[in-house]
Order: sequence, then structure tokens, then C-alpha cells
Amino acid sequence: MMAATADFPRHPSREHALFLMREMLRIRRFEEKCAELYSAAKIRGFLHLYIGEEAVAVGAIHALEPDDAIVATYREHGHALARGIPAASIMAELYGKQEGCSRGRGGSMHIFDAATHFHGGNAIVGGGLPIAVGLALAEKMRAEPRVTACFFGEGAVAEGEFHECMNLAALWKLPVVFFCENNLYAMGTALKRSESETDLCLKATSYEMPAWPVDGMDVLACEEAARRAVLAVRSGEGPCFVEFRTYRFRAHSMYDPQLYRTKEEIEEWKKRDPIVLFEAFLRGQSLFNDDDSKRLEDEVAAELKKAVEFAEAGTWEPVEELAKFVYSERKPG
Amino acid sequence: MPALGADMEAGTVLQWLVKPGDAVKRGDIVAVVDTEKATIEVEIFQSGVVEKIVVPEGEKVPVGEVLAIIRADGEAAAPPPAEKPKPAAAPPSPRPAARPPAPPPTGEQAPAPPATKAAAVAPSVEKPKAPPPPARPEHPRLRISPLAMRVALELGVDVSKVKGTGLDGAITRADVERAAKAAAPTPAKVAAPEAAPKPAPVTPPVEAPKAPAPPKPAVSPAERQAMMRKAIAAAMGRSKREIPHYYLSTEIDMSRAMEWLRAGNLKRPVTERLLYAVMLLKAVALAVREVPEMNGFFVEGAFKRSEEIHVGVAISLRTGGLVAPAIHDVDKKSLSEIMVNLRDLVKRVRAGVLRSSEIADATITVTSLGEEGVETVFGIIYPPQVALVGFGKIVERPWAAGGMVGARPVISATLSADHRVSDGHRGALFLAAIARILQEPEKL
Amino acid sequence: MSAQAKTVRITYREAMRQAIREALQRDPRVFLMGEDVGKYGGCYAVSKGLLEEFGPERIRDTPLSESAFVGAGIGAAMGGMRPIVEIMTVNFSLLALDQIVNNAATILYMSGGQFNIPLVIRMTTGAGRQLAAQHSHSLEGWYAHIPGLKILTPATLEDARGMLWTALEDPDPVLIFENGALYNMEGEMAADAGAVDIDKAAIRRPGTDISLMTYGGTLGKTLEAAAELARAGVNAEVVDLRTLRPLDDATILDSVTRTHRALIVDEGWRSGSISAEISARIMERAFYELDAPVARVCSAEVPIPYAKHLEDAALPQVPAIVEAARAMVGEHG
Repeated sequence: MMAATADFPRHPSREHALFLMREMLRIRRFEEKCAELYSAAKIRGFLHLYIGEEAVAVGAIHALEPDDAIVATYREHGHALARGIPAASIMAELYGKQEGCSRGRGGSMHIFDAATHFHGGNAIVGGGLPIAVGLALAEKMRAEPRVTACFFGEGAVAEGEFHECMNLAALWKLPVVFFCENNLYAMGTALKRSESETDLCLKATSYEMPAWPVDGMDVLACEEAARRAVLAVRSGEGPCFVEFRTYRFRAHSMYDPQLYRTKEEIEEWKKRDPIVLFEAFLRGQSLFNDDDSKRLEDEVAAELKKAVEFAEAGTWEPVEELAKFVYSERKPG
Repeated sequence: MPALGADMEAGTVLQWLVKPGDAVKRGDIVAVVDTEKATIEVEIFQSGVVEKIVVPEGEKVPVGEVLAIIRADGEAAAPPPAEKPKPAAAPPSPRPAARPPAPPPTGEQAPAPPATKAAAVAPSVEKPKAPPPPARPEHPRLRISPLAMRVALELGVDVSKVKGTGLDGAITRADVERAAKAAAPTPAKVAAPEAAPKPAPVTPPVEAPKAPAPPKPAVSPAERQAMMRKAIAAAMGRSKREIPHYYLSTEIDMSRAMEWLRAGNLKRPVTERLLYAVMLLKAVALAVREVPEMNGFFVEGAFKRSEEIHVGVAISLRTGGLVAPAIHDVDKKSLSEIMVNLRDLVKRVRAGVLRSSEIADATITVTSLGEEGVETVFGIIYPPQVALVGFGKIVERPWAAGGMVGARPVISATLSADHRVSDGHRGALFLAAIARILQEPEKL
Repeated sequence: MSAQAKTVRITYREAMRQAIREALQRDPRVFLMGEDVGKYGGCYAVSKGLLEEFGPERIRDTPLSESAFVGAGIGAAMGGMRPIVEIMTVNFSLLALDQIVNNAATILYMSGGQFNIPLVIRMTTGAGRQLAAQHSHSLEGWYAHIPGLKILTPATLEDARGMLWTALEDPDPVLIFENGALYNMEGEMAADAGAVDIDKAAIRRPGTDISLMTYGGTLGKTLEAAAELARAGVNAEVVDLRTLRPLDDATILDSVTRTHRALIVDEGWRSGSISAEISARIMERAFYELDAPVARVCSAEVPIPYAKHLEDAALPQVPAIVEAARAMVGEHG
């Protein structure tokens, strides 16, 4: 019942290939900068980096239309960047500046942007799923051809909300696509230590929902899987579930001693670094050369430099505005 | 020391994985650090050569301290300060200042700026503290509702003699009102200041022992200060709630008065020299004779004029707070006598030994914040009084007289008065009288 | 009420149903969702007949998934709909606490004012029907603790009829607590009764000697107590709080300033309760008006028991209110 995979050639145009590469690099360099700025105490609070998982956000989000809604997790810088929220606006948010996309109210875990239908990083594992279901319900009731993309990690499948939402979305045939980012560890708890059934797709299919896994380190595979899912959901067939098998290269939050996994394991996965893999693939296809690499890096560095300058130059929201937006300023009636 | 977690404040260097001279590149692990939560590897964000290890193994340093100095690629090995250690930036100081405190519970605020507000307050006699605090420990704490206490102060009822009929025998407003009726004060008596409803039975926060100070009650300075603050809050809160204040202000040419004072002081022994403040006190007292509705008490819904003129002088305490004890019969005293009284009063206020008559008798209050550099004072009337005069500092101002402009010493005099008792017209006459009297210093 | 004003005889349940029906008729964005609201007709029969009238798209029976359907309400509200979510009882709402407290109450603030949640959640609260400890609690005071929520407690026919529309027009999440003991309350209501304000307390009975403050299920008992006090020569004022968040401080303080005594009647427990909050505010802002300590009549601090005599003993009753009020007024009133 899925659209034929032949619609998604493994051979991207050079233009598209460079675009995907550039998007992954933007996320990688942004996150590296965040680690540095966190050490310098410019960024505080919890900081969850997306390094290693770039192919998922880039592949999945570029399968969406601009009007589609996104609900993300607390590890959402990558999604926000891929969605087109300006890096400067995100960086200012991490700084806590009022020029940040959430006015410095949310920080790293709560990036919101109405203009791009980015309904937030949600820092309660599983907490975003019901919201995504509701957004999809609204679209369905209004007969809008939009879909809602809901990102969550494999840790969320242990939550009751996951099962409630799988059921409700499938029961009501809602236009929501569940993008499960399986990076194998819920903080420090390995999937096999927390789930009796570790095949996540099996859980989704038990709710009569099409589901399939994909190599989350292969950006083309990610994009293809996401496009199939989005197409199916948009056609009114009800929700889909895609499991992206990926890996985070860094600690859960900014730093942890990583007692729960071995260095060997990390090194093994790093061999499948999505950026390295894609570059090698493109060079093999003669779609990418040293000049491209340099140009992309320079562009990304320039954007990042501007983002940091913007955040540095940003201002603190006046304390007088502490209570602003507890309630809407618009009065009823 | 890099910030390695949201709650990390310091860390201990367990081990250095590099030594001076080693080349490092961005992303390398250079050290192992122990935090409260875990042992963590420190990565470097800059490529270069390790020039110096600053924090040795085993040492604990706060976040932001320099751990080691890295010379960037291609940079001359130079004096260390030239290159910055990486994880050193100080945390930003975005922590928003504490939110400004909510408005005081009474919801009323004095119009004057804080500095002047306090000084405009008169003494301490007001209110709360149902039972006299520890001074009389043999008495159990009086059961009286806050409302009944307030009404008792207004009606001049001695609550120690009132029988309570409220919850668990507490004295209620109705009990106080019945007691006030039973006492049936004669109007004539009330008019006399002695019988004036001095907010009597309440111990003033500033202790006012009648005689040689009895053994000190076990009240710490901090407690006393808190009590005083409460008393001021209650009195001033009540004042602003109940008294419809109006404010007038005028500028007074002090050139004659100051010249006369200077000349006079030259002839006096140093210890007997006068402060210009006494001229102000005397001028106010004399002006009161001309506009008597500034002098007295507003009680039981009516103004009771006072024949005597006892001027309360607001005196701030070193520990905070203030009192405004009275100098009696100011209109009848010479400037020298007033000066003696004033010195004595200031000394005793600071020592904490005032007489109760001094606490309760003032019929009008004067406050001056000139010494603090304030130019204008808008004070709050100390109930049950009906007027308060504020003076600022003497400043040189261009002053036009007879078509000529010259610099003159000028003082701002402000009247806060009770509109239930007087109107702006009478207030204006009062201020004009003060100004006029100060033009004839020799008659003071 | 003037003799010629046209009134209708109506129950609280019917008034609430009228309110929902009117909302569904007036605004196509409005829909009702919850457990057994459709085919069953509502656990308390509030929504009886609405499924037939408006169809299953707008009268949505949900699975027993409080977290999912409350969260879906949040998402649908963000997506432009005006959902009315019904939760069967306040005890069940605890299964959706994550969505209410972590999402509905925070998203406007966390997003720096970008996403408001125009959601209405209705639920039954209160005891008195021998339903024991998992269907009888009064937890509205808990919800009133949360900034970002508005808490309504309609106690009269007019408020049952009129609060819903105003709540739906509010840009922020509003929780309506319907005391289960009120559904059968019957009385006369103006035939043209409509929307009412949701931010003011109401003086249900003016008086001079003491202010009895209450809301929801105990309003009737408190009015009864006031009538009995009047026979004993005590002229009690009865304040219906109507809205527990934000509290109408002005009306509360004004009443105390006139009567100088306050007794709070609350079916919730007293520890850490809304009655404690009101008492504290009176102490903070009207201390010198008090002629007696603020007193409270609350439910006994026990899980509400099943047996009738025990349940009665656990709840605020008229004699206890009368007794507390008389003690405060003292011998002379």
C-alpha cells in the first residue's frame, strides 16, 4: 500500500545532495559550538546535543511541507535548524536572551516557532505525543491536507502516553506521522534493559499502524522513509510509524561519565557517522569534492559566527516582564 | 574549569592526560575532572600546544578557573596572558534581580520617595502589639482582635479594662465601642491635650520607661527594629487610609534669618550656638497661633483644637526607623531653650530613653531632611494630629526682588494637612505665616 | 426577579447541556470529547442527545486514555479548534495531570507568547453520592495552584448555563469543575440566560456580621446556614467565589472589610488548600479589619468513605457552618 520506493532514487541531484550535506553540517557545527559555549558557561541548564543523529532530522523534516506541524523533543536543536528557524534565533534562545525564538523563556529544551509551525521541544518524555495527535485531529476536522510530524525517542515507548496515542491516532485515522528516533539509550538505560519487546515497529503495528525501520545514519534512506510515510499519511490513510535507527555520539546531557556504554561501542558507531558516510557516498558518485567541502564549511561557519554574535549582542528580558504570558494579553470576547 | 553540568559549581582535577609541550587538537580529552556527580573527561575546544598546567592534580577549583594554558597553533610562545585558557569565560550575570517586592499589604503607598517617607513619619506610639510586649511579662497576652485594637486606639479606650465577648473571650470592636460609650468622656476634657486620646496604653516600640530604666526587657535590637517598623507601618497605613491629605509647598527666603543667626552665633559660646532648625520650629509654633486648625487632634469624627503648642520633631534612629517626640510649648520658649530641648531630645532618642509625654503629646510635627540633601519633603501626617510641616535643605537660588535678581539661601517648606479639618486656603495662610515670621528673625 | 420576567424550570444538568449545545451551534470550531460523552450520553447524562444532534465528529467518544485525549485537546486548541474536553471525574483527571500541568499551563509562557491554548476542560468534582474515595474528591484547589490555568466552579443554574461560553472565548486553558451533587439541582432560571463573566466573585446574600465564603457544591449549604444564622440574629453575607484562579481579591477583601469576620467553607481538605490561600490573603491584606480570626469549615482529612453516615460526617454540613459562624460573632454579634 506504500508508494513505490522507485519514486525515491538513490541518486540525488548534485544540488539536492549538497543541500542535504549542508543541512547536516549546519547541525553538526552548531552543536559543537553549543558544547563549547556550555563549557564557557554562556549556555546553562540542560543541553542535549544531536551530534550523530543529524541524518534523521534532515531527512525527515525535508520530507514535510512548510505548512505541516512539528512536535519535537528536548534534543531538538537539529529539528529546529532543519525546519528553518534561524540559527541566530535558536542561539539567542540558548543564551536566554529575549531575541531568542522563545524570548529566553524556554531555553535549549523548549524551542518554539509559530512561523514554521514548530510546536516546541517538549521535555517530558512522551509528553509531546498527545499534542501531535491533537494537532492532527484539528487538521482532520477542518479537512486540511496537512500532517503533523511527531518526533520522540525510543525511551518514550515505555510511557503510557505512547500507547494511548498510538491507539487514538490509529483509531481516528489521524494525519500524524510518528518519527521514533531510536538511539538505543533512554538517558543511560539501554533499550534491551527497559523493554520486554525491543522491536519498536511491532508495537506500532499492534495498533494497526504501518511501521518500518530505517538506517538513521543514512540521510538518503531517512529522507526516503519519511517521504513514504508523509505521503501515506497525507493521503488520508491514517498515521504511520518510522523507526530511525541512530546513535548519539555524545553524552545524554552536556556531560555524563557514560558508564552505561563502552568507548568501543561509541567508536564503532562513529565509523557510521552520517556526515562521513554521506560524503564518502557522494565522492564515489563524483557529486562532491574538496572545493565543495571547503565552501560548505565556510558558509556554515559564517552563519554560526553571526548566530553567536547575535546571541552575544542580545538583551535580557526586563524582569518587569516576568509575569508576561502566564496568561494571554488578549482578553476574552 | 569548564561547566560540566547544570548544577556544577566546582570540580577537582583528578588527572592530566597532557603535559606542557604536548600538541592538542580540538576535541581531544585533556584531563579528567571529578564533580559532585561523576568523573568526567574534559575536552579541549582549541588546537595548539599545552604551555602550562595551572591547576595541579588533586586540586579543587570553581567553574571558570583557568586549568591550563594552550598556545594556539602558529602563535609565539609568549607571556601566558596573551593566550586565553579555554574554558574560562565568566558566567554571564543574567540572573534577574529579585522581583521588586509587592506593594505593602495595606495597598497604600506614601507619595514621598522612600528616603523622605520614613522621616516624615511620626513616632512609634501607634498601634499593634496588643499586649505590651515583654516589659510586663506577668500579664498574659491580651486577646483582642486587630480591628478592636485599632478602634480602641482611635477612641482612646484602655483595652486592659475591657471585657471580651468574642471567640474565647477575645475583645471585639463591639466591646471596645461599648467601653467607649460607658466612659462617656466630657468634651471639655477631650479638648485638653492631657486628656487627648493619646494612644496611650500601648508600649511604644521605642521603650519609654518612666523612670530610671528598669531591667531591659529581653528584646533584641533586631526585634525592636521589627516592632518599630510594624508600628510605623500601622500608623502610616492608617494615616494614608483615613486622612485625606492635601499638600502645599512654598519657598522661603532665608537670607535674613541666616544672616541674623550667623551674627548671633558669633557672640555665643560654641556650646550654645543655635542651629537654624530651632528657628524653623519656633516659626512653625508661632504660625500655629495664627492658624489654629493645624494644631490638635482629629478624634471621634471631629477636630479637637489644642491650646498648647507641642511640636513633634522627627528624629531618625541609627538603627533605622524614627520617632517624633514633642518639645513642649515651643511658642513660649526662647530659641536657646528650644535648642537645649532639641539637643537633649536627640541625645535621649538615640539612647532610647524618652518620656511618655514626649511620645504622645505632639500637636503638630515638623520634619526636616535637609541634612540628607533633600530639597522637598511631602510627609504623612501622624494621626491623630492634623498637620505636618516638612523642610528641605537650604539651597542657593536665584531670587528676584524689587526688579533685581540675586542669589539667596532658600528653603522649601511643605505642609501636609488634614482636609477634614482645614482647607487649602487656611493651609496657604499657614505657610505664608511661617515665611513671614522667618523674615523677622529678631522677633523669634 | 420581577414577576413578569420569563423564567424556565431547569436543572443544573440541563443548564450545562444547553450551554454545550449553544456553543456547538454558535461556533463550528467547538467540539466535545471525552469518555462516554456520545453513545452513553455522558456519565452524568450532561451530553445526552448531543451525539444525535451533532454527530460523531463533534461529539467524540474517546478510549479510556485521559492523557491522550486531554493532550489531544491541547493540540487541537493550538491547531485552531475550540475543544471542550470532558473528564469523568476529577480523580481521573490525575491520569492527565502531565498534559494539564506540564503542557496546557506552560506552553504559552515557554513559547514566549507564541502559542496560546484555548481549551476548556470540564470535570465532575465533589462527594455526597456515596461513591467512595476514588470518585469523590475535591481537587479543584490543587489546580488553582497552577499559574497558567483558570479554575471555574459554577454553583448556580445561571453559572452552569453561562460560564462555558465565556470560557470558550478565553484564549487560555480553563477548567470547569461541576460538583456532582449539583446536577439534579432544579430551579427557575431566566429563559434568556446566557454568557456570564468568569472573573468576579458574587455576593449571593448580603450581610453585615460575617462573610461566609464558599464555592461550588457548598454554596447551597452555606446559604442554608446563613438563613439559620439570620433566625438567630446574625446577619451573614455569603460570597460565592465562582472562580478559584484567579481569585477575586477585591470582592473578598471588600466583604471582610465590611463584616470584619470571614469563615471559609470548602469541600476540599484544609491542608494546603484554597481555603488556606484565601485565609492567608485576608490576613495579609485585611488584618486590621478582622474582629475574629479567619475560620474554616472543610472536609475531614480522610479519603472520602462510602458509608452514608461516615461520608456525611466527613463533609462540611450546615450545623458545623452555623456553629463556627456563631462562635466567631460571639455573644453580641
